[in-house]
Amino acid sequence: MAAETQKKEILLPNERKMSFKERWGYTWHEMKRNSMCYLMMLPFMIFFLFFTVIPVVMALPIGFTDFDMAHFPPKFVGLQNFYTMFLEDDVFIGSIRTTLIFAIFTGPLSYALSFFLAWLINELHPVLKTIFTLIFYAPSMAGNIYFVWQLIFSGDAYGYLNAVLNELGFTTAAIQWLTDANYLLGCVIVVQLWVSMGAGFLAMRAGFQGIDKAMYEAGAIEGISNRWQELIYITIPSMGPQLMFAAVMQIVSSFTVDLVGRSLAGFPSTDYKAHTIMTHAFDYGWIRYEMGYASAICFVLFLAMLLCNQLISKILGKYMN
Amino acid sequence: MAKKELKPSQIQAQIEAENAAALEALRKRREKEHRKMERSKGSNKQVGKSWKNDIGIFLFLTILGLFMILPIYIAIVTSLKPVNEIFIMPPRLYAMDPTFDNFKDLFVVANNSWVPFSRNVFNSVFVTVAATLFHVLFACTAGFILAKCRFPGCKAINKIIVIALLFNSQVTYIMQYIVMANLGMINTYAALIFPLIASTMGLYLMIQSVGQIPDAMIEAAKVDGASLMRICWGIVMPNSKPALMTIIIFQFQAAWNSNGGSLVYDEALKTIPTVVQQIAAAGMARQGAIAASAVVLMIPPLAIFIAAQSNVMETMAHAGMKD
Repeated sequence: MAAETQKKEILLPNERKMSFKERWGYTWHEMKRNSMCYLMMLPFMIFFLFFTVIPVVMALPIGFTDFDMAHFPPKFVGLQNFYTMFLEDDVFIGSIRTTLIFAIFTGPLSYALSFFLAWLINELHPVLKTIFTLIFYAPSMAGNIYFVWQLIFSGDAYGYLNAVLNELGFTTAAIQWLTDANYLLGCVIVVQLWVSMGAGFLAMRAGFQGIDKAMYEAGAIEGISNRWQELIYITIPSMGPQLMFAAVMQIVSSFTVDLVGRSLAGFPSTDYKAHTIMTHAFDYGWIRYEMGYASAICFVLFLAMLLCNQLISKILGKYMN
Repeated sequence: MAKKELKPSQIQAQIEAENAAALEALRKRREKEHRKMERSKGSNKQVGKSWKNDIGIFLFLTILGLFMILPIYIAIVTSLKPVNEIFIMPPRLYAMDPTFDNFKDLFVVANNSWVPFSRNVFNSVFVTVAATLFHVLFACTAGFILAKCRFPGCKAINKIIVIALLFNSQVTYIMQYIVMANLGMINTYAALIFPLIASTMGLYLMIQSVGQIPDAMIEAAKVDGASLMRICWGIVMPNSKPALMTIIIFQFQAAWNSNGGSLVYDEALKTIPTVVQQIAAAGMARQGAIAASAVVLMIPPLAIFIAAQSNVMETMAHAGMKD
């Protein structure tokens, strides 16, 4: 920050507006002076450019083409892909609905749950804190372990859930949890919730730990009389940055739900019940090799995520100071 | 009656005594509160704190925790069950006669494919080590520069990094594939390693952590004539060890669980998760082996996380977004 104000002073020594040429001359001078900075950033930025920036930026131009990876150059088709997507592709419209259902459950719900759990865990003894943090974080870290849910939701009597329900006398016949269109989405949502306590949850845990204890003492003197008031007037305002970070993590994971549904409910799932936008992109990208259409789908998804991000930073913006 | 007879000096003394008593009471209460706080070490709550609440919270978390841990427990139990127990109906939540047959079976099955399993293990280890090492090296220098240096374009780059957090490799997978196909990287180790190096999350956490280091420290080193590279690795990084550990852990998890998918099709280049997925495609018949592989895959990231847990918590405390 100090360096920044210094820079401004040099930039505008006597309130005089610099001409375009002068300003560029100054920028060029600054760039040369800081060449070491650029050099040190270079290795990461090259990878970042090729594997994050270009892929995201390229989604739009490729989305305007009919491209199958084999025929070069890609054939330009204008807005055809977007037209097909929104007006003709019923499966895509259905996938928007599924993605939104997922987004609501694994987005806000999982976010609130992370916050609530982090809050509760923070009340405990340090040793218990560590143990519980580990327990809730473990599922999101443990690679492909969600296959176990296949055993739990298994459609025959070998499935744990069916066995339990049978033993207790709730059901007489095994329920096809993962192929029955009525249950399938619910099951996948449960599993998605189960793996969703990731980096955002850790950030919230750390956020609670980082709150200055003096704040609570001050609050108690100022007349805060119960934990809810403490939460609303002290805790949440002092955790703004962590809440924002966790929100971003949650947006990413809830909008890109795909793999869990695909591996549990199968692909394609019954009645496309677990068919999300990402699954649709996977379908067109990897099964049909219609990369143009898949890119257009990805681009729409990027836009939706960016919009959601902007919306949330607006909402959380008031806690940012 | 008696009050009237008091002289002003006596009234003064009385007031002082009362004040002293009140102060004493306040001090005692403070001490009591302080002792109470000491007793409930680790909690920073002052209001509505009682052991009954704590027990309630503990019970609630334990029930929820059991739900979270149950699938992992089932995976471990299944991996220890001999074949005849796997098909007992109804399924049991424990193994009557635990064996390591499934783990042996896993290696036998994996070895029977085109390449020996050791080759896949080597691939996984190589990809994980290379991706973690280069990511940490590059993200640390870049993170230091972006957090502490002011130069034309630095604000724009910082903004781009924050937005890029939204686009993890899962979302950009298809587009990445097209880029890599054009660069001729498909079916090489580069296809597995390079996208992992570009992970934005590590860089972001590094920027946030290095931002906490006082500017004066860096200015002092500059005055002494240290180069930026020297400042980064000699002064800043030793002071941000928690962040360093954290990005190593996150990167390790990502790389270890990364699935080559469509990027490599040569058997000799496939990593463990890909092979496990192929074995899992055999379905229920291989249940024991699948469970065993899941357990084997889970152990390294879990062990590393447990070992460095406190570092992670410290770094995540700085992970917040300011604007």
